[in-house]
Amino acid sequence: MWIEVTQLFLNGLLLGSILALGAVGATMIFGVLRFAHFAHGDLMTMGAYFALLVVVGLNLPVMVALPIAMLMTAALAVGIDQVVYRRIRRVQPVILLISSFATALILRAVVQMIWGSSNQVYATGIQLPWRLGPLTIKPDHVLIFCTATLLVIAVHLFLSRTRMGKAMRAMSDNMNLALITGIPADRVIMWTWAIGGALAAAAGVFLGMDTRLHPVMGWTLLLPVFAATIVGGIGRPYGAIFGGLLIGCAMELSTLIIPGAYKPAVAFAIMILTLIFRPQGIIKGAL
Amino acid sequence: MCTIELNGISKSFGGLQAVRDVSFTVEKGGITGLIGPNGAGKTTVFNMIAGTFAPDTGSIRLDGEDITGLPTHRLFHKGLVRTFQIPHEFSRMSVRENLMLVPAKQSGERLLENWLRWWRVIKEDREILKKADEVLDFLEIGHVRNELAGNLSGGQKKLLDLGRTMMTDARAVLLDEPGAGVNRTLLGKLTQAIQRLNKEHGYTFCVIEHDMDLIARLCDPVIVMANGEILASGDINSVRDNPDVREAYLGSSAA
Repeated sequence: MWIEVTQLFLNGLLLGSILALGAVGATMIFGVLRFAHFAHGDLMTMGAYFALLVVVGLNLPVMVALPIAMLMTAALAVGIDQVVYRRIRRVQPVILLISSFATALILRAVVQMIWGSSNQVYATGIQLPWRLGPLTIKPDHVLIFCTATLLVIAVHLFLSRTRMGKAMRAMSDNMNLALITGIPADRVIMWTWAIGGALAAAAGVFLGMDTRLHPVMGWTLLLPVFAATIVGGIGRPYGAIFGGLLIGCAMELSTLIIPGAYKPAVAFAIMILTLIFRPQGIIKGAL
Repeated sequence: MCTIELNGISKSFGGLQAVRDVSFTVEKGGITGLIGPNGAGKTTVFNMIAGTFAPDTGSIRLDGEDITGLPTHRLFHKGLVRTFQIPHEFSRMSVRENLMLVPAKQSGERLLENWLRWWRVIKEDREILKKADEVLDFLEIGHVRNELAGNLSGGQKKLLDLGRTMMTDARAVLLDEPGAGVNRTLLGKLTQAIQRLNKEHGYTFCVIEHDMDLIARLCDPVIVMANGEILASGDINSVRDNPDVREAYLGSSAA
């Protein structure tokens, strides 16, 4: 029993770190621009397929493709913002929300047109897992978890140490005050998209490494990602990291009691409970 | 230091004319008071000067330069800064960070600069940090510099608001009810800070205030507004003795 719990917990940490990467981006976009970005899941998909492009085209290992895919997705996210969202930023947020839904559909259709709608993988063959006593750990999982941790630390340093990171926190804290003091709003918005896009790409690539690539891989992850942002308190990057790990572990551990097919429902249930009992998120203070 | 000139500005909200043909000058290096009963149009005038919205008619000049209808952040960079009736702060950031955010055009905003000339970014950051600490010490809220701004008391937030104006090279500062909700001890501190900024740093102030004591201590001249128009102006005593003002604003209790 305890072996099984520990194993599921490890799996949960892995899923959680993928969710956390998506959730940090989504929550930063929400904080700065005040709308739920429905295309975030499909940005993850795009990132995963960009990496596939590099892996197949240049015959490089996936971890080398990762930074390239992150840069490409960051550029894509900034581009989408400039072409689509920037023009409608001054209207009601619900219009932004609906157009982000449309963007999600467009991105997914583009992926299907270019890469087809069947499953794909970065590398074929079986990776031998490491055995730590009764537990099994795949080398890939360790790699994913460590890289995700490094990325999260990088985001933390960015938010707490740099001028742009602080400006981003300021904008999500008090938009009106930010606009009338010296904060360059347009630049902050571009940075937000770039970072959100890059992190989404990392999440997508990791998901592709863990499972497989599929045009709806990101879309199915969108609900747990939003659940993670809500659990952590919307607009709060550190909360989103915590929320991601919490939701990831809860989803995996739930398979002890209920069938695995209901995993997304667990994320949904946690989200609803949070909205009922602590809508401001479960984390207090500055984070 | 600069002069703010208002020339016949008017503003209506739907059928309500909030401000009607108002002209006055905020003199360079002075502390001008703007008083009047609620709904007189004082804050509307402030909003128009500070660029929250443009006047329907008339023009506003800052040191002779036409600034009518310029957005707030552009005015901020020209050294025209305002505070609000209800203090604003970045509640989830430290007091010190609140101030450090203010100076515009920091080199850390540019992508390449961060990598190619990181030492310059760091040096600049240190300078801004030093200035922020000086401002906090000046306002005597240095002991809470690492506290989250959201945890400050209302009066301390007012001081922080004032501190924010000191982080820019502000020339003219509009204060909207700096004394509202501030206790007596802090009010004294606030008054001193305003006076010192005016004398030592040459800031020009325009102050909306309901506290007549504060107005009497700080402001000369005083402009009285009622129903969207200017009723009287002059030093506090002449304004106090003006029968129109008494009727409109001070009421029988002040007679």
